[in-house]
Amino acid sequence: MNVRYPFGKGQRPHTLTQVALQRKPRWHEVAIQGFLFFCGALSILTTIGIVLILGKESWLFFRSPEVSLREFLGTTKWQPAIGQFGIWSLVNATMMTTLFATLVAVPLGLCTAVYLSEYASDRVRSWLKPVLELLAGIPTVVYGYFALTFMTPLLRAIFGRDVVDIYNTASAGIVMGILILPLITSMAEDALSAVPHSLREASYALGATRLETAVTIVLPAALSGIAAAIILAVSRAVGETMIVAIAAGSGPAFTFNPFKAAETMTGHIVRISGGDLSYNSMDYNSLFAIGLALFLITLTLNIIGRWFVQRFREVYE
Amino acid sequence: MSTLSSPMVCSLPEGDSFHSQVAARHKKGALWLVIFQAATLVSILALTALLYNIINQSFGWVAVRNQVEPETLAVEGTPLEDLSKEQLIAILEAHVSQGVMRRLESEAPFSVRSREDVYRLVEERVIKPEILRSWPLFDSLLRRSAIQKEVAEEFPGARLQFRAWVNRQFLSNPQSATPDKAGVRTALLGSLWVVGLTILVAFPIGIGAAIYLEDYASDNVLNRLIQTNINNLAGVPSIIYGMLGLAIFVRGLEPITSGAIFGLSDPTTANGRTILSASLTLALLILPLIIINAQEAIRAVPRSLREASYAVGATHWQTIWHHVLPSALPGILTGTIFAMSRAMGETAPLIVVGASTFIAHDPTGPFSKFTTLPVQIYQWTARPQDLFRNIAAAAIIVLLVLLLALNAAAIILRNRYGRKRREG
Repeated sequence: MNVRYPFGKGQRPHTLTQVALQRKPRWHEVAIQGFLFFCGALSILTTIGIVLILGKESWLFFRSPEVSLREFLGTTKWQPAIGQFGIWSLVNATMMTTLFATLVAVPLGLCTAVYLSEYASDRVRSWLKPVLELLAGIPTVVYGYFALTFMTPLLRAIFGRDVVDIYNTASAGIVMGILILPLITSMAEDALSAVPHSLREASYALGATRLETAVTIVLPAALSGIAAAIILAVSRAVGETMIVAIAAGSGPAFTFNPFKAAETMTGHIVRISGGDLSYNSMDYNSLFAIGLALFLITLTLNIIGRWFVQRFREVYE
Repeated sequence: MSTLSSPMVCSLPEGDSFHSQVAARHKKGALWLVIFQAATLVSILALTALLYNIINQSFGWVAVRNQVEPETLAVEGTPLEDLSKEQLIAILEAHVSQGVMRRLESEAPFSVRSREDVYRLVEERVIKPEILRSWPLFDSLLRRSAIQKEVAEEFPGARLQFRAWVNRQFLSNPQSATPDKAGVRTALLGSLWVVGLTILVAFPIGIGAAIYLEDYASDNVLNRLIQTNINNLAGVPSIIYGMLGLAIFVRGLEPITSGAIFGLSDPTTANGRTILSASLTLALLILPLIIINAQEAIRAVPRSLREASYAVGATHWQTIWHHVLPSALPGILTGTIFAMSRAMGETAPLIVVGASTFIAHDPTGPFSKFTTLPVQIYQWTARPQDLFRNIAAAAIIVLLVLLLALNAAAIILRNRYGRKRREG
């Protein structure tokens, strides 16, 4: 066999004694490592940026004489035009849509996850999974269109046109439930599949049926993973914007009636910033105060969710 | 054990009661299986309803009323469609005022206009079709005679036409205030510009961060913080990124993002609400996704490959550049394409960053004002008129086809990569 040496023509291969074996400083390697570190650190900068920006503009908002933190957190009217900033009307609408989304997605998602992990054959799974992935990949603005042109007319046909407004939180919430359904399903299924097979076999050996095994053995064992799935899905629903911006209504309203229009936190941010917005106005600053509240809510939910995920990983690895 | 020796209280059923209890348990199991299956069916139903709804809205009958019927424009028995360019110009001259003719001539002289162009002008200026009402597809198919009767009663002089709202004109027309002339060209180009620039920024940085975390970072507090932080950033609502972009890119870096310091934009109208600002915002948004996916791809490269490279004397970076990255590339690309489709469908941050509500000019560069497909869909959906719902549905079809093509590319890449690995 011909061996090609990576040396120049006519040059003899070096002998080992001629090669200096000590570590050489390689400056471009150091430079590359520096750049790579910068790329990684950029994420920290992003977080710092988010916190600083939201914090700074909110600080300007709360420092102004027209508003106080007590009014912000203690009242239920949001009308910037007449200087009323009570965030509860927005938070209430967000909670309503999130509640509906959870009511739709949690039972359906859990049942689907149990079916996929405990019952479905590989063939059924191989075409059900793409359907769920498709649902997860559809842009939220399309869901918004769906809510307004399909779900709302459907609700109006069922409950009557006088009862259901054109814009309402129920329709937005239900469609949002469809949006977070694939999220809950896939995370819950991962949690269920991670339960060791020996547990199921022990249960069968004792004479339990498939349902009894699934509900009394597998589900409790995967509980922390399922809890994480639900919490992360709720966080997603709280931050979801386009569905509520299109279908939930455009005007803050403090109402517990799911068939009335009410604007959520995200919906309000999108509507106000979509119009002509002058910097340093109360409107502009108030958006960042809402954004800060939104950020804190979702961050808390995400941290709790992650904590659950880590717990459930520790059990089975 | 003591319990074994002492007599146990046994309440297990025996005989007939045993059999009936087992039967009841199996019945319960079968019932719940049906419930589980029904729940699974709901997601399929939802997907079907969604697609049905969109297709239903983008095709169907429309009632059109022409200001001048095309039949009356026939010259000596030759129908309008077959007339020559000169005859069409004559018709145009006969129906339009001198001033309009002069304006058209100054836009582009008639001598250089094509026959199709003149025909389009005749349609636009003389026939002036106006869509009075539209019906969804399934109504059109099932209630045809009822619709015909309705049109005859409500819109005398109007005629029914089958219209596909998503058509070639829809793709090539710019934005317009009248729904039947409006198109998605501006929005489509805007989307491509924004997503292209986003990937250009996010791809190298995302992969750099992934390499750092997988291959360089030692297990210390700072690096663990970076990793946790990236995971948390992936869960931040997209609208928060929009606000970050508004404050930093649109306002803070306005001289750069408006192109003013490069002298590239008109300083009287320039502000930071440009394609560049939107792209930088979306880049921050999809960075965590790209990093997490790339990390997985890099982690999947076997250790033996790295060790073989080190063994023949390659440096750390040489190993990564020549061995780890090429081997992880298909996985990285797949993840990047998924991130791209996320950016393609993103709406809320772009509205916050300041996508224009109405622009009829194509974007020409990173410092142009812009609108994108999802933003356009949002604006059309928010209008109360029915016809805007039709074009919103048509725009959704364009968007979904784009996304489908992107995802198909990713899946093909993944499958090919999988096969290669098995062969090798």
